[in-house]
Amino acid sequence: MPKKVVSGNYAAAYAVKHARVEVVAAYPITPQTSIIEKIAEFIANGEVENLQYVPVESEHSAMAACIGASATGARTFTATSAQGLALMHEMLHWAAGARLPIVMVDVNRAMAPPWSVWDDQTDSLSQRDTGWLQFYAENNQEVYDGVLMAFKIAEHEKVNLPVMIVESAFILSHTYDVVDMPEQEEIDEFLPPRKPLYTLTDFENPFSVGALGTPADYYEFRYKIAKAMEEAKKVIKEVGKEYGERFGRDYSQMIELYRTDDAEIVFMGMGSLMGTVKEAVDILRSEGYKVGAAKVRWFRPFPREELYELAKNVEGIAVLDRNFSFGQEGILFNEAKGVLYNTDARPIMKNYIVGLGGRDLTVNDVKAIAKNMKEIIEKGKLDREIEWYHLKR
Amino acid sequence: MELPADVKKKLTLPFEEHFYAGHTACQGCGAALGLRYVLKAYGGKAIFTIPACCSTIIAGPWPYTALNAPLFHTAFETTGAVISGIEAALKAKGYKVKGEDGIMVVGWAGDGGTADIGLQALSGFLERGHDALYIMYDNEAYMNTGIQRSSSTPYGAWTTNTPGGKKHFLEQRPKKKVIDIVIAHKPAYAATASVAYPEDFMRKLKKAQTIKGPAFIQLFAPCPTGWRSPTDKTIEIARLAVQTAYFPLFEYENGKYKINMPSPNKEPKPLEEFLKLQGRFKYMTKEDIETLQEWVLREWEELKKKAEVFG
Ligand SMILES: Cc1ncc(C[n+]2csc(CCOP(=O)(O)OP(=O)(O)O)c2C)c(N)n1
Ligand code: SF4
Repeated sequence: MPKKVVSGNYAAAYAVKHARVEVVAAYPITPQTSIIEKIAEFIANGEVENLQYVPVESEHSAMAACIGASATGARTFTATSAQGLALMHEMLHWAAGARLPIVMVDVNRAMAPPWSVWDDQTDSLSQRDTGWLQFYAENNQEVYDGVLMAFKIAEHEKVNLPVMIVESAFILSHTYDVVDMPEQEEIDEFLPPRKPLYTLTDFENPFSVGALGTPADYYEFRYKIAKAMEEAKKVIKEVGKEYGERFGRDYSQMIELYRTDDAEIVFMGMGSLMGTVKEAVDILRSEGYKVGAAKVRWFRPFPREELYELAKNVEGIAVLDRNFSFGQEGILFNEAKGVLYNTDARPIMKNYIVGLGGRDLTVNDVKAIAKNMKEIIEKGKLDREIEWYHLKR
Repeated sequence: MELPADVKKKLTLPFEEHFYAGHTACQGCGAALGLRYVLKAYGGKAIFTIPACCSTIIAGPWPYTALNAPLFHTAFETTGAVISGIEAALKAKGYKVKGEDGIMVVGWAGDGGTADIGLQALSGFLERGHDALYIMYDNEAYMNTGIQRSSSTPYGAWTTNTPGGKKHFLEQRPKKKVIDIVIAHKPAYAATASVAYPEDFMRKLKKAQTIKGPAFIQLFAPCPTGWRSPTDKTIEIARLAVQTAYFPLFEYENGKYKINMPSPNKEPKPLEEFLKLQGRFKYMTKEDIETLQEWVLREWEELKKKAEVFG
C-alpha cells in the first residue's frame, strides 16, 4: 500500500482526490487553508478530473454552494475552521434538513476573542445539533480514513446526512506523519460513484426541496433525521468494518477502547489529545495503575450503547474536554453523564477541562489526573465535579 | 390542449403553461406573473433556486409545487451561492448548461434577498462568472414578513417600519440602484424588465439563455398587498412605472447600454400618475413628491447619458 508523509491537511486533500469529489466550494481560514490549496494544486496539475472548484466569497456561501452542488447530485466537499464554521451555522442545518451527504473537514480552532488559531473543540461541538455526523480524528491517518469513510456513510441510502471530519489545529493539520493510502482502484471499489436520493436535474418528474412544512408535516421530517442518525450507527459500524477488511484499519467501534479490559479508571476524550493519553496509559500501567483510554471517535451520532458497556465495568471515568459550554460543563462530559443517568452503570465521573486554545496536555498532566482520580475512587467521593486543570494559580 | 392555427399564429408568448393554478400568491401579484413568464421562456427546463421571500409561499407548501420544474428552496441570503454550486455541479457532471437545449440555472429572489442580505452572494456569483441567471423580482419591500422597507424601497413610501404618522416618518432614502452595482461587475448581461411588458421580458430571458456567463434581470413586480393598490391595477402601475421613467427598461451587454422603454426622445409622464394609484405613497407631501420626481428625472438623464456614451 502506498505510503506518504503528509500533514493532516494534506491527508484530507488526498482523501478528497481519491474519493473522486466533483465539487469543492471553500473559503480560506487558518489552519484549514492548506487543504484547499492542495486541492487547487491537484486541479492545476491535472491530477484530478471533473473536479469543479468554486472559490466562494465566504463560508456561508461555501456551504450554500456545496448545498446547491450536492442537490444537483455531485459528490461535494468543503473545509473550514472556527469563525468560518460559525458563519456557516445556518447552512449546516440546511444541509442536514435537505438530506445532503456533504463531507466537510473542520480543523478545530478556538473561537475569538481573543484571537487564537490553536486547537479547541468548541467550534465543532457548538454545531452538534445541526444534524451533522461528527468524527474526531486522533492522527493524520484517521483524517485520511475518516474522509473516505465519511462519503460512504453520508451517501448511504439509510443515512443521507452530512458528515464532519474533525482534526486538531496544527497538532494534526500542520504536523507531518506517515499515512497509508490505498491504490485508487481499491478505493473505487470501496467507494463507488454517488447514487443520490434526488437530483435537481430530474425534469421528467420535477419536485421541490425544502418547501414550507406546516405543523402537520414538519415534525415527521425531523423524526426522519433522528431515525437516520440512529441508522447511521449501524452504517458506521458496517463501513468501519469493511474499511478494516479492505485496508487493514478497523473502525467498527464508535469508541476506540485502549487497555480498558481490566481498567478501574478510564480516560475519555476525543481527537489528537487521545494520542498523548494512550502514551500516558502505557506508562501508568507500567507503574501499576489499572488505567485505560476510551477515545470517542463519533460524537454524532453519540455511541450511547458502547459507552454503557464500557461504564458497566469501570470505577471511574475522567472526561477530558478540550471545550467548554459556558454556564454548564465540558460538552463530552455533559453528554456522557447524561447517557448513563438512566442506567445501572454509574461510575464516578469527573470533568477535566484541558488544553483550551491549544495549551498542551502532556503525559505528566495525564499522570497527575490519574492520581487525582485514584484518590477520588478510594474516598468514594468527588473533590469537585469540574476541574479547570490547567488554570494558572 | 391544441390551439387552432390562427390563434396560435397570434400568440407572442409560448402557450404552454409550466406555472400551475393552485399557487398561493395574492390576487394581482406581479411576482407570480413574472414567475409564470420565466417558466414559459424555458419550457420548464430550468432549475430554480428560491430563497426566503413571498415566492417561497407562492410556490406552495410541501408536498405541492406550482412549478413544473425542479425547485430548491434555500436560505434568505444564499441565492447567488446556491446557483453557483448548481452550475458547478452541472459542469462537473457534464450537463449542457444554457443554450437552446441546455439547462437554465435560475435564481429567483426578492429585492430584500438580493439588494440587502443577499448582496454578497450575488456579488460573488457575478464576479466568478457562473453560467446562470439571477432574477431579482422587485416589489420594493420585504413583503413576506409583512411589508418592511428594503434598500430598494423608494423615497416617500409607507412601509410598516417606515410608517407615515404625525411626525411624518416615511422612507427617507432613495431606491438603491442594484442594477448599477451589478453592472459594476461587468456581467455578460444585465437588464431591467417589467411584468407589464411580457414580450420584452421574454426576449431578455431568451437573451440570458444564449449569452455565456452570468446574467441578471431586475424585474419590476407590483405587489397590491404591500403597495396598497387595487388588485386589478398591477399592470397599469407597472406600465406607468416605465412611462414615467421611474423604472426604465434597458439592457447592458458587452459594456453597452441600450434603452428599451420609454423612448429617450420623449418627455416621461409625470410621476404623480404612477404614485396616485398606490396607497403606500398617500402620506407624501407635495414637497416629497417633488423630491422624488426630481430624483427620477435625474436618474433618467443619467441613464440616457450612459446610453449615449456607451451605446
Ligand atoms: C437570515 C434570515 N433573516 C430574516 C428572515 C426573515 N425573512 C423572510 S422573507 C423576508 C423578506 C423577504 O423580502 P424580499 O426578499 O424583498 O422578498 P418578498 O417577500 O418581498 O417577495 C425576511 C426578512 C429569514 N428568512 N432569514
Ligand atoms: S404580498 Fe405582494 S408579492 Fe407577496 S404574494 Fe402578495 S402580492 Fe405577491
